[in-house]
Order: sequence, then C-alpha cells, then structure tokens
Amino acid sequence: MNPCIRAAGWLVFALLLVPAFASRAQGSQGTIQKIKETGTISVGYRESSMPFSYLDDRQQPIGYAIDICKHVIEALKAEYNLPNLKTSLVPVTSSTRIPLLANGTIDLECGSTTNNADRQKQIAFGHSYFLTKSTFVARKSSRLSTLDDLKGKTVVSTAGSTNIVQLNKANAEKGLGINVIAANDHAEAFLTMETGRAAAFVMDDVIIASFVASSKDPSAFAVGTHAFSLPEPYGFMLRRNDPEFRAFVDKTTARFYATAGPALYSKWFESPIPPNGINLALPMSPQLKRAFARPSDSPDPTSY
Amino acid sequence: MQYRWDWRIFWAPSPEGQSTYGDMIVAGLVTTLFLTCITALLAVAFGSLFGLLRSWPDARLNRLAKTWIELFRSIPLLVQLFLWYFVLPELLPEQAGNWLKALPNAPFLTAALAIGLFMSARFAVMLAAGISALPRGQLDAALALGLSLPRAYRHVVLPRVFRNLMPTLTSELINTAKNTSVALTIGVAELTARARAVQEFSFQVFEPYAVATACYLSINLVITLAMRGMERRLRVPGYLTA
Amino acid sequence: MLGPFDLHAIWRALPYLLLDGMRFTLTLTALAALGGLALGTTLALVRLTAAPILAALVAGYVNLMRSLPLVLVIFWFYFLVPYVYQWLSGGSRPVAVGAFWSALVTFTLFEAAYFSEIIRAGIQSIPRSQFEAGSALGLRKAQVMAHVILPQVLRMMLPVLLTQTIALFQDTSLVYVLSLTDFLGAASKIARRDGRLVEMYVFVALVYLVVCVLASRGVGALQRRLTPAPSVALRR
Repeated sequence: MNPCIRAAGWLVFALLLVPAFASRAQGSQGTIQKIKETGTISVGYRESSMPFSYLDDRQQPIGYAIDICKHVIEALKAEYNLPNLKTSLVPVTSSTRIPLLANGTIDLECGSTTNNADRQKQIAFGHSYFLTKSTFVARKSSRLSTLDDLKGKTVVSTAGSTNIVQLNKANAEKGLGINVIAANDHAEAFLTMETGRAAAFVMDDVIIASFVASSKDPSAFAVGTHAFSLPEPYGFMLRRNDPEFRAFVDKTTARFYATAGPALYSKWFESPIPPNGINLALPMSPQLKRAFARPSDSPDPTSY
Repeated sequence: MQYRWDWRIFWAPSPEGQSTYGDMIVAGLVTTLFLTCITALLAVAFGSLFGLLRSWPDARLNRLAKTWIELFRSIPLLVQLFLWYFVLPELLPEQAGNWLKALPNAPFLTAALAIGLFMSARFAVMLAAGISALPRGQLDAALALGLSLPRAYRHVVLPRVFRNLMPTLTSELINTAKNTSVALTIGVAELTARARAVQEFSFQVFEPYAVATACYLSINLVITLAMRGMERRLRVPGYLTA
Repeated sequence: MLGPFDLHAIWRALPYLLLDGMRFTLTLTALAALGGLALGTTLALVRLTAAPILAALVAGYVNLMRSLPLVLVIFWFYFLVPYVYQWLSGGSRPVAVGAFWSALVTFTLFEAAYFSEIIRAGIQSIPRSQFEAGSALGLRKAQVMAHVILPQVLRMMLPVLLTQTIALFQDTSLVYVLSLTDFLGAASKIARRDGRLVEMYVFVALVYLVVCVLASRGVGALQRRLTPAPSVALRR
C-alpha cells in the first residue's frame, strides 16, 4: 500500500482514539457508590513488600497493610449493609499502582506507598501507618557504608519508587557517577544485589530489613549508614476528590489505630511472621506512636 | 475521574536531577537506537552463518544449524534473556561469573547478546528459505562451470538470495528494533523503560507512551526507507524484483 | 551462593507452576488466538471489501500494531482499557477490568493485526475466477466469501496461523512486566522466594522448548499433509 495512505490511516486512527477518553467531562461518582453498584471492591496489593503486603507460601497476599485494609472492608460491609461485598485482589507494582488507581482498576491500595507531596497532587492518602527512611543494603564483603562508597558503582532500586528518585537526585547533585538500574519490583531488586549484578540496593530500611532477615544468610548483608531521607510516612492510596469514601476510611482507621494498632504492629514487627517465621524485632518508633495517637495524612516527615 | 492530558510535562524538570522529562525520553531513544544497531549486527552475522549451514550440502552441519534455529526460536525471548542474565553467571566458575556480573553496562551487553541470538534464528530461517527458493539449476550451473561450492555460493547463490530477501530483511530488522524493548526487564534504560519512568514520576500515563509510540513509528520509517534505498542501489538491471 | 541444582525444588513448586501459571498461559493463548482470529478475519474482510476510508482506517490500525513493541502495547492497554470501556458503555467512571481480561483484550487486539495479514494474504492468493464462478452460480458476495473463499483460506493458511499461535504462546510471557502470574511469572515468584533461580529458569526454558519444538514439528507435518507433492515437484 502507498505509504502516504498508510500514514494517513495511522493519523486518523490516532485522532479517533484521543477524544475517546478526553472529551467526557462530567462529575465523578464516588467509590462508595461504585462499590454498592458492582458489589465488589478492588484492592491493590504488592507481591514483595514484606511485612506490609506480600505473598505467603500459598501465594495469597498477607501483611500489616493488608490486615488494616481487611478491617476497612469489614467496616464497609457493616456500615453500608453489604454482607456479600466481594473483594477482588489485584497485584500492583511501584510503576502500575497510581495509574491503576486513577483508571478504576483498583479502589484502594494496600502496600508500602510513601506519602509525599508530589503524589498528593494525583491521589489521596489514608492515615499514615508506618514511617521509614530510605537507605541502602550491600553484601558485607563489598564493605559499602557511606554514600561516597557507591561512587562509580552499579546500584539498583525499584522502578517507580521514591527511593530511585532520591538516588538519582543524589547521584546528579554530587556527581557520583553511579550507574542506576531500575528493577520491576523489590524482590527483583534485592535479587540483583544478592547475585552481584549490583553493588547495592537503595530502598526503605524496613523493606531492606525484611529482605535481609528472610534471605538464606542474613549475616552476608550490611545496611548502609547513609540515609537518603528522613523517616517518611506510608499510607494507603485512595482516589482524590472522593470525600465520602475518604471520610469513611479515615474514621475507621482512626478508631482502629487507637484500639488495635499496637497489637497489630506487634503481630507483624515483633513476632515471627509467615512464610519462614522470621521475627523483625523492630520496636515501634516514637513517630509512629504519635501517628497512631493523632492520625494524619501529612506528607511532611517533620510533622510526626 | 477523567484523564487530563498535559503535553507540557516534557518540558518540566524530572525528579532525577538537572534534566527534563523530554531529555529522559531522548536518552531512552538513543539507547534503543544503539542497542538496535548492535543487536542487528549480531543477528545478521549469526543468522547468515547458520542460515548458510542449514542449506549447505552436508548433513552434520545441517543438523547443527537446525538445532541452533530450534533452540533459539522455541524459548520465549524474555526467558532467554533471564537465562543469560541470571542463570549463566551461576553456572560459570565463580571467578568468571563474578567478572561477568561486574562488567560495566552488563544489562546492556546481555540484552544485545540475548536479543541478537534470538533474532539470529529468524534471520537464519529467512536465509535458508531464500536459498531453497532459488531454482536449483543456478547452483548446478555454477558448479558445472567449475566453480567450487564456496565460490558458487559467494558469487552466484548469495547475491541473488540477498536481493530477493530485501523485503523480509526489512521486516526482520524492524522486529529487531521492536524486540529491544524487552531489555527493560533487566534494567536497560531504553525507550519503553524511560517512557514508563516518565509515567511513574510525572503521573501522566498516556503522553510518554504516545511519544514512545511516535518514536517507534519513526524508527520503522527510517529502516524501511533506508532498506528501500539500498534495494534500489543493489538492483540488477533486467531482473524482475518487487 | 545459590547452591547445587535442586530438582526437589522444582517438584515442590510443580502444582503451583502448572495449575496457576501454565493454566493462565494456556487460557490466555487459546482465547487470544480465537479472538484474534475472529477479529483478524473481520479486519481482513473490511480491508479488502469495504469503502476506501474504512479500509484505510483498518490498514492504519493493523500497521500501527505491527510497528510497536508488544511491551509498549501491553502498557498502553493495561492503563487504557478501563477508559475505553467507560467510553463504550457511556458510564461516568472508568470500568475496573481484571488483570486477566486486560491481558486478554491486549493480546486479542494485538494478534488480530497479525492474523488479519495472514488471512488477507490467503484471500488474495485465491484466483479471481473463483469469485466470478461463485457469482455466476447466483451466490451473493457474502455467500461466496463465507462458503467458497474463507474455508479454503483457513485450510490453506492453517499452518501459518498455528505458527503464529506458537509465537503468541511464547509472547504471553511478557505479561511478566505487569507482575501477572503466567507460567514464567509463577516460576519467577518461586525462584525469588526460595532462591532457586537456576532451577526455575532452566525448567521454564525446557518446558517452553519441548512444547514449542513438538508443536512446530506437528505444524510441519500438517503442512506436508495439506500441500502434498506439488511444492516439492515444482522446486526440483
């Protein structure tokens, strides 16, 4: 076929697509309404964000954040009289979670998403349920502990995470010449570091701690002394401009944190957890104690 | 809950430092072009070798080439990439494995090798088919004139086969360019990976993918036009070709 | 670091690999191939018989799909499909589409472009005289197409269609980029959890190798049965 006709075909096709989802401007309906109509709530989970949201040995999502979300769903059933509400579980990654929330594939994300100001422009966060700083882990044998030690090395982080942004920023600002690799998810990133494909893995310290603890030989790894950030809050993501659902989630979690928060924390951070029965033995930080006492969705680390 | 288009993001600074989102896409495009060139060279080199062996009148070489083709054609590209990247260094002696892992740009080199060999099987099939489609009389005539078998291939068979294969060659080169996107799974920052990164950080989903789409279409166009130009230059007057 | 090759690790993971992973892969392959064939045949017919503008539109779609890397198309559709559903249904919000359905829609639409080219080539290789003979017998155009042309095309093109389906079977592994649990995805999850990378990836490669080699040989045998002696005779 003549290339001109072909090109014209492409163009027309592309032009047809654009108005398909650009031109409809009308008021949005809330998540609660959607849940009532469809009888289903879609929850996004992570596959390797231990101990927040990860797969157990039967490949079912479990974790600290999943437990909080389950409580929210039970409360939804009671409040709106929806005993047959179905939960559909959708695996998400750091790079798919926000678009999937925006396009309606998931209604609530229960993972380990850092709440920051940039993201709050796109989506809303529920009350923070953990705070963690960004650092790195390396094999002990490579003796890396400060940021300068990473100079000229290959360093991996997870695509779409706040950590990879912080790493890139530090790299550019200080001219470290680090070769940054983006992995699909945390497990792949840790694997890349573990097998020696990268010298270090930049991630939130709590995620690092759980990967190290569940590795075959935890003593083979050392966590760096450099922190890329202050302890930043984790929250679950909701769609923006959805006051009804937001208010319900906030009300439910505020009550839950005050009554059951510490017990749930101790179940996941101070006791053996599946699948391998490791114990992170991580006492609750003063920041989190304050966050449980005065629930907040603030992205500002210094406010906790 | 409508999607809000915002094309200005490409001029907005990216959170990665001094560059803009537009720069990220450009850097990805450069990586893709570079990777495509290396991959295509490897694919054509190995593809020609094994395609030739597949049609060479020698049963053992034939079987060898057939095994090569079946091996590289029957395992998904992504799995092959993982074999080269994750499995190979563990099977080598420890020192060799560590050396391999510590290579600068290891993901890029692994991707070039893996995709190159994967595509080589398709180039080999194409070449073997091209050779068997040529009337057998041509080779016989060349041999009857006293040319040795290698010379007959070099001067009679291959020049005609390559001319006949130009359209197929074009589409396989385009396939090579397309397949380089699989390299993102081992962390190569090529075009699709960079488009995804822009999506992750800017929260605008469709603009970066639209620009990446336009880039791939342009790559196709360039390859098609370049090959068409070459075809015209190589045309032998008097032969009927498409 | 990863220890000696452990067959037992594969054995233990086998139920999950096959029942979850392989089932996803095979279901996706089968449904996308059928859907792709149906849609692809429609596209080919539109392109060959409909008004020029419509035909150009279809040609544009087919060429666009064929020019893009599958990974990029997977990303596009994963995020786009809910908006398109919303548009089609006239709803006020994007419709949640499960991961499997999203993948199915993606592969169906993507493969349709390739299948339509195969069908189109098949229809074009049928001598014009058959169309004329059909209409001389008083059959309408659609009847000629449905009862005379398409059955021949499908039969003639069956080996090519099956080869394309084998390629599709391999391509479904790319849903890995969305973290879906296909055969490769399932193996990756086990590989990371148990630190059994070598075993899992080698096993996955072997399974794909065996399945695809057997399938390709089957297609080869079929091709020889469908086109007996002539092609060989012509070549000599």
